[in-house]
Amino acid sequence: MALTTEDIKRIAYLARIEINEQEAASTLTKLSGILGLIEQMQAVDTTGIVPMSHSQELEQRLREDVVTQINQRETFQAIAPLTDSGLYLVPKVIE
Amino acid sequence: MQWEVVIGLETHTQLKTNTKIFSGASTTYGAEPNTQACEVSIALPGVLPVLNKQAVECAIKFGLAIEAEIAPRSVFARKNYFYPDLPKGYQISQYELPVVGKGKLTIQVPASKNTEAYEKTINITRAHLEEDAGKSVHGAVEGMSGIDLNRAGTPLLEIVTEPDMRSAAEAVAYAKKLHELVQWIGICDGNMQEGSFRCDVNVSVRPKGSDKLGTRREIKNLNSFKFMQQAIEYETQWQIETLEDGGKIQQATVLFNPDTGETRAMRSKEEANDYRYFPDPDLLPLVIREEDKARVSALLPELPQALQTRFITDYQLSSYDASTLTSSKALADYFVATVNAGADAKQAANWVMGAFSAKLNAEDKLISESPLSAVQLAQLLKRIADNTISNNAAKQVFEALWAGEGEVDAIIEAKGLKQVSDTGAIEAIINEVLAQNQAMVEEFKAGKEKAFNALVGQCMKASKGKANPAQVNDLLKKKLLG
Amino acid sequence: MINHSLKQLGQMLASKQISSVELTQAFLKRITQHNPDINAYIALDETITMAQAQAADARIATGNIAPLTGIPFAQKDIFCAKGWKTTCGSKMLANFTAPYDAHVITQFDAVGAVNLGKTNMDEFAMGSSNETSYFGGVKNPWDFDRVPGGSSGGSAAAVAARLCAAATGTDTGGSIRQPASLCGFTGLKPTYGLVSRYGMIAFASSLDQAGPMAKSAEDCALMMNVMAGFDERDSTSLDRPKEDYARGLANMTGEQPLKGLRIGLPKEYFAEGLDAGVAKVVQDAIAEYKKLGATIVDISLPNTQLSIPVYYVLAPAEASSNLSRYDGVRYGYRTEEYDDLMDMYMKSRAEGFGAEVKRRILIGTYVLSAGYYDAYYLKAQQIRRLIAQDFTEAFKQCDVIMGPTAPSTAFKAGEKADDPVAMYLQDVYTIATNLAGLPGMSIPAGFSNGLPVGLQLMGNYFDEARMLDVAHAYQQVTDWHTRMPAGLE
Ligand SMILES: [Mg+2]
Ligand SMILES: [Zn+2]
Repeated sequence: MALTTEDIKRIAYLARIEINEQEAASTLTKLSGILGLIEQMQAVDTTGIVPMSHSQELEQRLREDVVTQINQRETFQAIAPLTDSGLYLVPKVIE
Repeated sequence: MQWEVVIGLETHTQLKTNTKIFSGASTTYGAEPNTQACEVSIALPGVLPVLNKQAVECAIKFGLAIEAEIAPRSVFARKNYFYPDLPKGYQISQYELPVVGKGKLTIQVPASKNTEAYEKTINITRAHLEEDAGKSVHGAVEGMSGIDLNRAGTPLLEIVTEPDMRSAAEAVAYAKKLHELVQWIGICDGNMQEGSFRCDVNVSVRPKGSDKLGTRREIKNLNSFKFMQQAIEYETQWQIETLEDGGKIQQATVLFNPDTGETRAMRSKEEANDYRYFPDPDLLPLVIREEDKARVSALLPELPQALQTRFITDYQLSSYDASTLTSSKALADYFVATVNAGADAKQAANWVMGAFSAKLNAEDKLISESPLSAVQLAQLLKRIADNTISNNAAKQVFEALWAGEGEVDAIIEAKGLKQVSDTGAIEAIINEVLAQNQAMVEEFKAGKEKAFNALVGQCMKASKGKANPAQVNDLLKKKLLG
Repeated sequence: MINHSLKQLGQMLASKQISSVELTQAFLKRITQHNPDINAYIALDETITMAQAQAADARIATGNIAPLTGIPFAQKDIFCAKGWKTTCGSKMLANFTAPYDAHVITQFDAVGAVNLGKTNMDEFAMGSSNETSYFGGVKNPWDFDRVPGGSSGGSAAAVAARLCAAATGTDTGGSIRQPASLCGFTGLKPTYGLVSRYGMIAFASSLDQAGPMAKSAEDCALMMNVMAGFDERDSTSLDRPKEDYARGLANMTGEQPLKGLRIGLPKEYFAEGLDAGVAKVVQDAIAEYKKLGATIVDISLPNTQLSIPVYYVLAPAEASSNLSRYDGVRYGYRTEEYDDLMDMYMKSRAEGFGAEVKRRILIGTYVLSAGYYDAYYLKAQQIRRLIAQDFTEAFKQCDVIMGPTAPSTAFKAGEKADDPVAMYLQDVYTIATNLAGLPGMSIPAGFSNGLPVGLQLMGNYFDEARMLDVAHAYQQVTDWHTRMPAGLE
């Protein structure tokens, strides 16, 4: 599955990372090398093997439905790039 | 060409919990912006999710209520996309293995100009647990949007149907039935204004008789049944016209504008989405055992379907009446209370579905706000049954009860509505009427059936409505044919 | 004093031979002296640090002393610590002051330990040389031209140069063990789930695990007693009874304390790619273990080579999603000028992340994207199971597995910086335990060309106490772990 710079640009857009033509080209070289490494996997027959998402076969623990978090808006918004009237501000969202 | 519309719904039901699905932040509606946005809600670096037990219980309740398979093992996945109201850059949802599998819901589609009322079973594909996003607030600062993350992480159950509906009426009937059910089983407050129950409607059209699905457009976030009806009707018409004009339908997400009654495609989601779902490594599989289901099942009220069956066997109600009476828990409870207070079941059903519901509708009141108690209604129905008052008089008593003018017997007394059932008294009235209406008597004898009804009317009028109409009928017939 | 063990320091503090303030000041002085060269610490806050030392002394005065009370530690900058700048080595978080404490920090605070500062690291823990840090590389105290390893490079250099009593690290694919090997100290990556990940900035959630980085196995055991333990805020935290990781250490005496221990040597760990000098040191260490009574079993971990491709699918995939939260909206870096929302996202993330992080986000995004998921992500998860099963089989034949920690000694800064694939091969021996969730350790075993070499120990699930015993037994009869880089005395 050979990559192209178009692929790189598409992925970068999905990941919301701005990338120019030149970066796309150099990224292509490096990513192709890494993907070459990854391709080794295709030689393995994995028919019937259950994918492993976690290292322990455990089940999800459930939390009691009790309020444990208090309002910390001032603390949290002290480290925010831009706020107003308790809201986080971003450039206008268009629907 | 004849067209057929095909509709499927995805409904986001906000679950009744104290806290968010993955954190201990409160879910109370209407708080100041971001005061309920805890470290997990705003996705600080390093925070982790832990699943809310109550949210899982709600999902099990729903699964049981629609007779669905409840997955012994379900998995949370990440749905990746960027949006300012989505703090982690992904939504924790369920994808390949949802908690609730295939189930069904039987709906009642009311009569319309062209069709009788009918029932239909809608297949539910799945229902899955997920977290809600926050909200964008516009207009506070020029050119900017404000992000409020109080709602981020609120537990939702997304309920997805098969494309089983064939008209706006069916879609609305389904949405209403589902809306009632989630409230009935206590998992959702049903408040549509506050966004507790939001429907996305997938609409496509195809030539009638075709079994291929057309390209669908998804109408997002409908939060009123009226808008749903309008939106689907507009969208269906738009799609048909587009196709008939030789156009093609592009898959799209559309919004309904209540002011214009039109739908339009959203601008921001034009690009093809690639959500890159994968199992969330921060959460382990959700395991639900038989004993969990048994425990939750014991917490469920009698379900509408079971109650409907019981109404048919215990009270000999028609299936339509039984299903109407079980369309909401409050209505069913009111009906049962009326019967338990001594009313005849069939009578009670007629009055509860008829005059009572009409009055509530007219005044836009909830059952809980009714000025007329079930005991009062039962008392009224007993007075009809024991011939104390006529049906007509009963309607006057009903109005008086509604207006809070007192108890049943006192109202009958005060308004002088007691029915005359004394044969002698009624015969006297009949004799008088016959004497004064010889022309009508002649007409009747000449074979004009209508004249008989007119004579009955005259008798009732002469008795000021108090004569027992059945008795008047009998005695008059005897007299004339005598 | 700087060479004393945690146990010795604890005794000195308890007997008032020294105060925590004095001990802390001594380390701060060394930091002032050497950190400008080494760049191990990226955040220091003398006010907070000294306040903690004073509080520790007050606590000791009341007699309420725990084993680590008053001892100064370095914390990897991946742990959120309230009031501390917590950057994860990234420009993205260069101005981020954590508003809450990670579980690990809470645990150290609870016993009255002192936080000396936050240590440098590869950006978002992505690297094996500490060269990807926004705050510059870290020098290997044994040779300033060389890298300390990564990603816990700052903690590694701080331990090796004695700029702290001990340090914390995290290990996603070898980030505690490889720097332990390259800098010559003892590091442990515990069984996944033993140490809570709450407040530890996520790289690859299903692999990340925090652990101790210290001079000896005994020090690691004492730190494990503080770090490990159930935390209800982490769904993957294991709810197990508390254990004393130092319980068996005292038994590691006498002629053959390891009699009956079966050490498995995987043939794949001694194959092509292993530096001859490193191989020699490891073989000598194994010989030493034989003398301690252990028997050697030849084993095979046949899927070892696949651990790298599997890791470089799974870790970037998880990372690409974990790092989506850095969007310049609620905290962290936001670009100076932007036209609209999309522009703000694209520029903030392009400018806030370094090259390696962006590379991994892109790989992760690619392997999860429509049409590739099955061939990459799902396949990698399947092979992950095969790799875990290799260990299950192996532990039927042996009690502990040994081999090299890293294929070579510390390499020169810049040597592999432009070749990601060569860099990734640094982790060939360490990644498999992360994939399986097993515990792994690296202990100093000697030198090759004057540079430290680590011996890796891999144990079965929850076998940390035994691994620490095995490491301790070796450290009783060797002195590699006490060696210190020249010029830093
Ligand atoms: Mg949906
Ligand atoms: Zn949804």
